[in-house]
Amino acid sequence: MSCPQPLVETQKKLRKMEIGKTLEVIGDHGPSKKEVPEAMTKQGQQVVSIEEKDGLWHIIIKKVK
Amino acid sequence: MPKLSIVMFSGDMDKAMASMIIANGAAASGWDVTIFTTFWGTALFRDPNKKAPKPKDTMSKMFGMMLPNGPDEAKLSKMNMLGLGTRMMKNRMSAKKVRTLRGMMEDAKELGVRFLVCDLTMNIMGIQREEFSDIVDDFVGVGTYLGEAENADVNLFI
Repeated sequence: MSCPQPLVETQKKLRKMEIGKTLEVIGDHGPSKKEVPEAMTKQGQQVVSIEEKDGLWHIIIKKVK
Repeated sequence: MPKLSIVMFSGDMDKAMASMIIANGAAASGWDVTIFTTFWGTALFRDPNKKAPKPKDTMSKMFGMMLPNGPDEAKLSKMNMLGLGTRMMKNRMSAKKVRTLRGMMEDAKELGVRFLVCDLTMNIMGIQREEFSDIVDDFVGVGTYLGEAENADVNLFI
C-alpha cells in the first residue's frame, strides 16, 4: 500500500471496531510508520506498540473512544 | 479537530488525485473535510450509469460528450499523449498499488468527506442533478463554499 492508504485503511477499520478492541496494521510504506501512530494519537486512540521487522512495520492500536 | 476545505476546480486526473489524497489523509486523521467542486472538476462526479431525465440543448449535449463521464475517464494534465500517457500512468499506479481515483472518492465518502457541487457549473455545462453520483451531498452556490471556508483551518484550490 502507498500513500495515503495505510492511514485511510486504518481509519476505515477503526471506525467499524468496538471500543476496547485492538488493531494491528502492517505495511512497508516508510512515512506511514510515523504518520499512522501520529494521526491515531491526535484522535485520542492509544498506540500500543510500533515495531519493525524484515522491512515491514507493525503498529498496534487500541480503540479507546 | 482541524477543518479542511478544498476547491476542486481541475478535472485532470493528476490534480484530482492530489485533491483526493490530501482530503483522504486529512479525513483519516480525524479532520472535518469538505470538497467544493467547480468547473472542470464537476464532471468527475457524473455517474456514467445515470441518464438525464430532461432533454438537453445542443451545447449541453456537446459538453456532455466532451467532458469526462466520471472519474474513470479523467486524463492527465501533462503527458496525456492522446490517452496513451494516461493509460501508462494507470498501469504504473496499479503496479505500485496506488488506489484509483474512483477508489479514493469511495474512501473519502466512507470517511465522511462531504462533496458539494457548484450549481452554476451545472447550469453552464447543462448537467442535471440526476446525472451525478450518489457520493455528492448537495448542490450549492458560492455562499455555501464561503461558509465552509470561513471556518476552515486549511483552504486549497486545486
